[in-house]
Amino acid sequence: MKKKDVLFGLYDDEEILLKAVKEARQQHLDIMDVFTPFPVHGMEQALGLAESRLHIAGFVYGMIGTLTAFLGMTWIFTKDYPIIFGGKPFWSVPAFIPITFELTVLFAAIGMTVSFYIVNGQGFGVDNPTLDDRITDDKFCLAFDKSGKSQAEVDQLRDFLKRTGASEVHEKTIEKK
Amino acid sequence: MSQPVSPIREPLITGHKTYHDITEDLVSPTEKTTVSWALATMASALLLAYGVFCLIWTFWVGIGSWNVNRTIGWGYDITNFVWWIGIGHAGTLISAILLLFRQKWRTGVNRAAEAMTIFAVMCAGLFPATHTGRPWFDFFMFPYPNTRGPLWVNFNSPLLWDLFAISTYFTVSLLFWYTGLVPDLATVRDRAKGLRRKIYGFFAMGWTGSAKHWQRFESLSLILAGLATPLVLSVHTIVSFDFATSVIPGWHTTIFPPYFVAGAIFSGFAMVQTLMTITRKLLKLEDYITIAHIESMNKVILLTGWIVGTAYLTELFIAWYSGYIYEMFAFYNRVFGPYYWAYIGMMGCNVLSPNIFWIKKFRRNVTITFFMSIFVNIGMWFERYVIIVSTLARDYLPSSWSYYWPSWVEIGIYLGTFGLFFTLYLIFVKVAPVVAVAEVKAILKTAGDQYVGVEAAKKAEAAASH
Repeated sequence: MKKKDVLFGLYDDEEILLKAVKEARQQHLDIMDVFTPFPVHGMEQALGLAESRLHIAGFVYGMIGTLTAFLGMTWIFTKDYPIIFGGKPFWSVPAFIPITFELTVLFAAIGMTVSFYIVNGQGFGVDNPTLDDRITDDKFCLAFDKSGKSQAEVDQLRDFLKRTGASEVHEKTIEKK
Repeated sequence: MSQPVSPIREPLITGHKTYHDITEDLVSPTEKTTVSWALATMASALLLAYGVFCLIWTFWVGIGSWNVNRTIGWGYDITNFVWWIGIGHAGTLISAILLLFRQKWRTGVNRAAEAMTIFAVMCAGLFPATHTGRPWFDFFMFPYPNTRGPLWVNFNSPLLWDLFAISTYFTVSLLFWYTGLVPDLATVRDRAKGLRRKIYGFFAMGWTGSAKHWQRFESLSLILAGLATPLVLSVHTIVSFDFATSVIPGWHTTIFPPYFVAGAIFSGFAMVQTLMTITRKLLKLEDYITIAHIESMNKVILLTGWIVGTAYLTELFIAWYSGYIYEMFAFYNRVFGPYYWAYIGMMGCNVLSPNIFWIKKFRRNVTITFFMSIFVNIGMWFERYVIIVSTLARDYLPSSWSYYWPSWVEIGIYLGTFGLFFTLYLIFVKVAPVVAVAEVKAILKTAGDQYVGVEAAKKAEAAASH
């Protein structure tokens, strides 16, 4: 467990926050993170976040599902347990389509959801530190990491938060893994 | 507001809400217990208990306690299975397809509709599981390496496809619903103290609302929606294959998949209306589930009602046009046979009654909507009864013709599923925000009545002229 000193401003509206984030990026301030009660449109561009790769993972999981179902049924009905149903060929591809489709969706959905929680560092019973209880209600938070910064730099960040319209500025020490 | 204000766009959030108001209104029902809620839950639990009793009776006495016979092997249970699974289609449709179509009105109802889906699928799953007669052997249906020789299930059978479709549908709906619920559980957590905070903290999975998490969250929601869209269409398609791949006249038709899917959406939206009209009243959510939401859903009911009606008429036409005597008889039997009353119920409730929604005044009337939603669900139940029972009652051999009427045990199990459904729904209403808090906040500035609609447009105009 590492301790982290955080300086953060709470904004009352997502549009004010978005402007502040854009300005902070222009000034090359090192933003620790932004916390909002709902997804704010344009935030990922403003923060310069790389596109999520979750969909690529989803495609891979889906393909694993497709292959598991199709190759599994192929092996079972041509090698392991060949049996004739209604005079159809052993390898009756059209009849395999529904299950192949279902397993594609199942694998992709489970795989992506599990990946989502793992990369987020989330899970049942996980207690990630939060900066303020109102962030999940109506406050929009812009946070800076204070550690390793001189008093003058911290004061500058504090001024920045106030100037860009933060209604409150606080400091908090959180434990970060 | 710098954006232009459209007077024709109807607000979806009324009452000039702020972000904090939204949290307060939507989370506070989970923070207090009312007498009416407790009474309703007890009544549902009693009904559930009776259903459990009837299930135990079935297993104790055997399937002989049901009135199904050699001719009519599928009776109440499969009718109810198809009925419940149809109801279970609206949730994922609302959350997935309407998300892809960017329909903002979905945010008011998606959470409850998804919950409804999950509970309806649970009710549905009970019937085929019971129908096997020895549910403790139901695991035989899953393909797994076993000691019975290399013995596998029949992957060519629609009944097995159904098992895969429904278990996949249940799992994906559950993941979709719970993932959407996590940020709102965090909202509940952050308002709570003591033990309650710990419990909600456990289930909120450490959600912080970080920008990167929201980005991934949106990406995940979109792709799950993309996956769930074909899935929701596939599930009832595969249910219809249970019938369509058989060689029974009246079942063996290619129209079944689209017809079943439309019927499922039709009955699913009706059940959403039934629940929403009550929920919005009891939890005072009229500002979030507005008349605009109800009207949108009534439009969907009108459309799908007509699709279903067209399918009924097409079936009749094709039966005549085919020139195939057995097919003709199957449909003659449906309309004029021993179960003519079920056919009348189906046509009346599904085809005729939704036409009331051509009139805007009725579409926007909550009382009419409530009763119509019940009618539609009765009609859709009759539809399944007509398809299953009236078809089987008159098969190829007149010597084996029969009549079926459910026993008290079968009716009891059906009532029990209502108990299960409402008990789960009531518990859900009590423990989680029934409207998606974060999603409603996200559309506030494009759908709140201080930003869009006639009133807001007037204000914007007045401000501009100054």
